[in-house]
Amino acid sequence: MKKKGLIVLLILTMATWLWGCGKASTTAGGETSVLDSGAGDSATELSYWTFVELHGQHFEKMLGKWNAANPDRQIKLNVTVMPYDDMHNKLSIAVQTGVGAPDIADIELGKFPDFLAGTPQLVELNDVIDPYRDTIVKSRIDLYSKDGVNYGIPTHVGASVAFYNTEILEEAGVDYKTIETWDDFEKAGIQVYEKTGKYMGTADTSATWQTSQLLAQQGADFTDDAGNPIVNSDAMVKALTVLKDLQDNNVLTTIAGGQPDTEEAYGEFNAGNYATAFMPLWQMSRYTNYMKDLSGKIAIAPIPVIEKGMPRSVGGGGTGTVVTKTAKDIELAKEFLAFAKLSEDANIEIWNTLGFDPVNMDVWEMKDVTHNPDNQFVQYFVNNPFDVLAEIKDEIQLIKSTSASPTINNVLCTVTLNEIFEDGKDIKQALDDAQAQIEQELK
Amino acid sequence: MVKKFLYSQKVAPYVFVLPFVLVFLIFWVYPLASSFGMSFQKVTLGQEAAWIGVDNYEKLMGDGIFLKAVVNSAIYMVLTLVILIPFPMLFAVLINNKLMWAREFFKSSFFFPALTSVVVAGTIFRLMFGEMEGSLINSFLGLFGVEPIKFLKGQTTGFIALLALATWRWTGVNMLYFLSGLKNIPDEYYEAASIDGASPIQRFMKITMPLLKPTTIYVLTISIYAGLAMFIESMMLWNGNNSPKNIGLTIVGYLYRQGIEKNNLGYAAAVGIVLLVITMVINLTQLAFTGMFKKEEEA
Repeated sequence: MKKKGLIVLLILTMATWLWGCGKASTTAGGETSVLDSGAGDSATELSYWTFVELHGQHFEKMLGKWNAANPDRQIKLNVTVMPYDDMHNKLSIAVQTGVGAPDIADIELGKFPDFLAGTPQLVELNDVIDPYRDTIVKSRIDLYSKDGVNYGIPTHVGASVAFYNTEILEEAGVDYKTIETWDDFEKAGIQVYEKTGKYMGTADTSATWQTSQLLAQQGADFTDDAGNPIVNSDAMVKALTVLKDLQDNNVLTTIAGGQPDTEEAYGEFNAGNYATAFMPLWQMSRYTNYMKDLSGKIAIAPIPVIEKGMPRSVGGGGTGTVVTKTAKDIELAKEFLAFAKLSEDANIEIWNTLGFDPVNMDVWEMKDVTHNPDNQFVQYFVNNPFDVLAEIKDEIQLIKSTSASPTINNVLCTVTLNEIFEDGKDIKQALDDAQAQIEQELK
Repeated sequence: MVKKFLYSQKVAPYVFVLPFVLVFLIFWVYPLASSFGMSFQKVTLGQEAAWIGVDNYEKLMGDGIFLKAVVNSAIYMVLTLVILIPFPMLFAVLINNKLMWAREFFKSSFFFPALTSVVVAGTIFRLMFGEMEGSLINSFLGLFGVEPIKFLKGQTTGFIALLALATWRWTGVNMLYFLSGLKNIPDEYYEAASIDGASPIQRFMKITMPLLKPTTIYVLTISIYAGLAMFIESMMLWNGNNSPKNIGLTIVGYLYRQGIEKNNLGYAAAVGIVLLVITMVINLTQLAFTGMFKKEEEA
């Protein structure tokens, strides 16, 4: 009798354990929430993975509008937010095995080329993009395309700008509006360091925002026209020499976390230890979310250039939202995606909710949207970002995304930039080594 | 019939062993065979894999970062052996000593770190070894007038952090192995030795050490494997698999980077096979040297 009881207990334990496993694997880890936004019982449930919580909020707003406008094709959106690496890794495994992929997913620009290798397992989006094609910046669509087929829908332009901490600059007697070239910036930076003991900015070791900005100014890129890596080019040497020179003069210094868009760096900036960040415009949302002490102190301006007349901005970062081939209702997912990210309404919401520079540049001109005094971003910053964007609108360059890009990025951000800015390795040597390593990895 | 079958002395053992054999076949032999095959393929997302012969292995031979990963793993393995065998053994002997006070307290407090998740521990260690002035270790060093150190950006300092984490976490576990080994040594040996006038150090060298040999071999074997297969500690300490200049990259880290992060599963499989070969060679040599393969009677 006792034995029987024990066996039953054992079986029950095992069953519970197995059941527990099964349950855990249905949610893909991370936080899941179902948005129904007024959807009825007949609504189709679509799943959406993202690595940015805010993106979910944007979709929630657009979902309400979609469901109201399409009563016969309502959608419930199952949003799962996961950390950056996690989400991309899980997505690639899901796509690889053909099981468990969501209907809609965000893929970050740096990872996108991996998903385009061979025959992409993503759905062609040309037909739903076509109606909006004239209104949006073409280069942002091209980033997520292969052989003329569009696989991803962009979120923003990501125009790079300079974020100046006016409090520190005033203390040092520097007017950021007079900074036009890197020489001006260097003079200002030396003054800031002498007067306040603070550094003007960061020498980034774990991201290539700065390097991209300096390359774009020279009309150069990490890859040649055929998409092959050329990270030891003269332009690249020049770009890093400018930055290294600034570091040697105590204008720039490395930062914990390696670049302004990391948790450690938010703290350093918030404490007022660094006066400047050169980042794509989406860094605004990092200020409002993570650097609240700087409210009312940060001014936005064009980035300095090597020589006057060079283009002052480059698109940085980006997220392409895709529909997977295994999606339940491909047509519905595609149409909703276009509606949620490309329509004029969507572009206005992208600015309102996310603080991004939307890909529909007509929105940039809508004063009532961009200068809305209730907008948290308008309230936070000293000047209006769209005034700066209007100034640099025609100068925004593009750094290409090719199949070599993830490898280039990985080598530069883990090895090369650290060697140059932390160890003081010779720039040309470090870049030659990087080129060799990248070529070896791409073989 | 069923009863006869279940009670049969010939069949029963196989029935009992069956779960293990199944698990071994499904979760060990099958994946091993399939990764061996995969290491000769080029695998692309969701598409038919292509056979490419030994290309993956050829590429691996010229891969500087893979070499770096192998060196990192090897150094880590050796250093953990140097720390995590003598010290736990010493602590076990101390705790096993009847004159020691609060033995249970020390036993559980040494073991406690093993119960925490590596993820939590790694994150905390990352913050402790942060490069800012205010991080725990740097503010402690600051008391002695030492400038803040960028621990996680340098090869040596990075390894100090990594080893601190490993030591903190595994000392207690290894100590428990040694403690259980010590329990098996009869007190009579020590008594006899005392009567013959052996000093405590002689007793440790001549009785404890030789009789602990089977435990030591076991700990050595699993430590070699654990050292070479280390991954999560590094991943959590550097908040991702890409440490500056790859100072924390391990073989498994490289496997993960190639297979999962870069979707190059064929190449990653080759990395895995090489890791298996290295581990097997080291462990088998070590076991042969320590006499594990000799017949029972001779040992």
